[in-house]
Amino acid sequence: MTLALALEQLLNGLQLGVMLFLMAAGLTLIFGVMGLINLAHGSLYMVGAFACATVAAWTGSFWIGLVASLAAAAAAGALVELVVIRRLYDRDHLDQVLATFALILMFSEGTRWLFGSFPLYLDIPPLLQGAVALPGGTEYPVYRLAIIAAGAVVAFGLYMLISRTRLGMRIRAGESDREMIGALGVDIRTLYTVVFALGAALAGLAGAMVGALQSVQVGMGEPVLILAFVVIVIGGIGSIKGALLGALLVGVTDTMGRFLLPKILALFVAPAQAGMIGGAAASMLIYIVMAVILAVKPRGLFPAAHA
Amino acid sequence: MILTRETLINLVLAALLLAVPFMADALGQPFYITLATRIAILALAATGLNLALGLGGLVSFGHAAFFGIGGYVAGILAAHAFSGDPLLFGLSGTKQMWVIWIVAAILSGLVGLAIGAISLRTSGVYFIMITLAFAQMVYYFAISWPAYGGEDGLSILVRNQFPGVNTMRPLTFFLICYVVLLAALGLFALIRASRFGTALQAARQNEVRVATVGIQPYRIRLTGFAISAAVTGLAGALFADLNRFVSPSMLSWHMSGELIVLIILGGTGRLFGPLAGAALYVIFEYALGGLTERWQFFLGLILLVVVLFARGGLLGLLAGKAKHG
Amino acid sequence: MKKMLAAATLALSMSTAGMAFAEPLKIGMITTLSGGGAGLGIDTRDGFMLAIKNAGNKDITVVTEDDAQKPELAVQIADKMIQSDKVDILTGIVWSNLLMAVAPSAVAQGKFYVSTNAAPAALAGANCNKLYFNAAYQNDNLHEAMGEYANKGYKKMFILAPNYPAGKDSLTGFKRYYKGQLAAEVYTQVGQTDYAAEIAQMRASGADGIFVFLPGGMGIAFMKQFAQSGVKIPVMGPGFSFSQDVLPAIGDAAIGAKASGQWAPDFDNAASKKFLADFQKEYNRLPSIYAVQAYDAAQLIVAAASKASVKNADAFGAELKKADIQSPRGKFKFNTNQHPIQDIYLTEVIKQNGVITNKTVEKIFSDHGDAYAKDCKI
Repeated sequence: MTLALALEQLLNGLQLGVMLFLMAAGLTLIFGVMGLINLAHGSLYMVGAFACATVAAWTGSFWIGLVASLAAAAAAGALVELVVIRRLYDRDHLDQVLATFALILMFSEGTRWLFGSFPLYLDIPPLLQGAVALPGGTEYPVYRLAIIAAGAVVAFGLYMLISRTRLGMRIRAGESDREMIGALGVDIRTLYTVVFALGAALAGLAGAMVGALQSVQVGMGEPVLILAFVVIVIGGIGSIKGALLGALLVGVTDTMGRFLLPKILALFVAPAQAGMIGGAAASMLIYIVMAVILAVKPRGLFPAAHA
Repeated sequence: MILTRETLINLVLAALLLAVPFMADALGQPFYITLATRIAILALAATGLNLALGLGGLVSFGHAAFFGIGGYVAGILAAHAFSGDPLLFGLSGTKQMWVIWIVAAILSGLVGLAIGAISLRTSGVYFIMITLAFAQMVYYFAISWPAYGGEDGLSILVRNQFPGVNTMRPLTFFLICYVVLLAALGLFALIRASRFGTALQAARQNEVRVATVGIQPYRIRLTGFAISAAVTGLAGALFADLNRFVSPSMLSWHMSGELIVLIILGGTGRLFGPLAGAALYVIFEYALGGLTERWQFFLGLILLVVVLFARGGLLGLLAGKAKHG
Repeated sequence: MKKMLAAATLALSMSTAGMAFAEPLKIGMITTLSGGGAGLGIDTRDGFMLAIKNAGNKDITVVTEDDAQKPELAVQIADKMIQSDKVDILTGIVWSNLLMAVAPSAVAQGKFYVSTNAAPAALAGANCNKLYFNAAYQNDNLHEAMGEYANKGYKKMFILAPNYPAGKDSLTGFKRYYKGQLAAEVYTQVGQTDYAAEIAQMRASGADGIFVFLPGGMGIAFMKQFAQSGVKIPVMGPGFSFSQDVLPAIGDAAIGAKASGQWAPDFDNAASKKFLADFQKEYNRLPSIYAVQAYDAAQLIVAAASKASVKNADAFGAELKKADIQSPRGKFKFNTNQHPIQDIYLTEVIKQNGVITNKTVEKIFSDHGDAYAKDCKI
């Protein structure tokens, strides 16, 4: 194992973490401000990817597709909020879980209805294709570096939004005491719709960016959804900082785990077996980490003080 | 005992579930017996969850783990009995159902105890997520474990045996499942009416007050969770025998979600809620699946409508507000 | 009067003799029509129904249902088809795990199963059954072919597959024929979408060739990421990794990849040309190998039905075994374990008239059976 390989794997972990952050940020905002568990977040990720693929194929430009993905996901989010989510704020978590679970079914099958069952084509824009040389003698794909950069920009942007703008102030107040800001005259309903749409847009952006690198197909959001929930639980619900740290932790742990565990096991058992057992252990690793963290800190690393 | 509206509906449901297979048998349509058996087993699994969720207010998104453990116990014991290889510590497998049930229930209960011990230290959405995480761990473990089929699953070629009857006959197997379901419902009713059950429900409603009375909510909940796991595990063992097949999909989070759906559809916390919910769900799945390829869309739509507008599920609609707890 | 009676009896017996070859036959198709894996099921159904339509036999009915890639749903549907719909033959399942749940039980109840894709080793060897036929291949075949091909000029191979029975079988099949050195043998998670970690290992491994078995969305993700990574090692895989249903989504990143398969759209035998023309006319897209396998399965059933009644299992089975069909694959016959003996070719992904598809390069195996037939005692 060389330094170059280790460096490459570390970058991979960062990139996975950044992608998870985009998902988790929206999710944690929605839960922190509105107290709502949204299982349909993975579907919004899928909507973003499909929108980008469709518009990119139509116009020939990935960048227009990216804008379209933001718009489409935000619009879908706003629509869902107005029609369904609004009725769930006063209900308990159980009802929210079930209602958003139902939404997953509808989104998935609805997407298949509209777009068919075969995966869609979405490619990386020419500007970001290929690889660059890194210190240490290895090469790394430009696009993955771009994703890391995009994630950093979004994280910074969110930080600015939350801490320096009026909207951010209302969001923070809403996380602290929902009833109070309503009593103070802030239009809660619009605030909630905006926050939901914002979270949806982030998910859609993640979907579009990752869709170019993987495959755009129905159900692509579900594995990411579970991981995103793991991230926000580790980080502490309602905390963007927690989401970022949790995402990076999960991303790096998962990548390094998949890379190192088979090697460590190969010291004890045959390579083929080490591959199988190592692979299995690596997939369980994130959940083990989450369970350990929750056992020690039952409300995550940075629990937001909330009503 | 007063014959409330709810009790009446419960009796009707129980009677219907019993009558349909007999009619199907008489008409030579064994498939509907299989459907009814599926309803009974899912109702049993959901009853287990109802103990934790309905009574205790513990939203476990990982009950599929117990369902799957029960299923794998049945599959593994049967496979070893079939092949003759010894299992553990020189013990051989078995094909006797009642032995399998006991092992499935105990093992699921123990795993429930372990998972609950850690998970119950959290609350709210954290509890939901950590139960999900544990179920995912069991799921990934089952997929990767090559000895028992991994992702391909494990076949039980011939259904396990119950002394004195021929379990391969659909009607006979249905009756076995029906009796087990009734026993579990009886257990549920007993627990709900007992001091333990009252404390569990009190802990759901106001944790602090329960503590001031001198009861430790954690212990009560842990016990309730373990019992709930055991019942769901038992259902898993029956499910494996029904399909003559066990697969990791019994452990997926979709299954956990399905169990929660069953309870909400029927009415959370109600005695016959799981049964009503299971009946509705299986019938929807079957009827819609026959109509259109897009049935999952309509299933989602119906679920959404139920959650938004039919609070209290089917029994809430039919029997009015719950009179107890 | 007597003459008329005799004539009537003769006419009646002749018509009933004719009817024996026109007995109603009900086929139950269980395949994946929803969810992420639906592309394969839809091709299966479309290929199958094309052959049924072309045959024009009014006594054959097909009932189709969606298994949503869930084993317990497949079992339930199979039970319903056997007990309620009273089908005579079951077919259509794409995935090996669903097949293992359904087929043993179906044949135990006396029904035929003709597989259009899944071909687990468990049913090809000691547990074979005279009612179970496989029209596709045996799961290991396409991997074995690549192992054989890799012997020519690849000294150190990096091999990768998902960690589930079909994945493990794939690498076992590859290793059965490959004689060179292995740089690494890696098992990824089923459904994994990010292969950055594995690609980094490939870069560092010093291998001169990479073999991947990653069907469906997994393959799409891997190829796209691989193309971006700057790693220049040639990639090869079994036909599933580069089948027609996923090629459009992978795009140019797939060009140049080598694969093994029993059929490619550029085959020039008459049956293949007809199949290609009919399929494109009916469905307006290029067929994948899944469609071809299903088409052949249907042809086999239709051919057997014209010679024997499905109610006579031995006669029908014997007719099926004759494999008296014109397959787009060219030569096709059955082995003792009722799995195919066929030629397997090397294909390469190319772009032709703006469409990405597979081109035939050369033959790897002639009349290839499988490693499990010797254990089958039919």
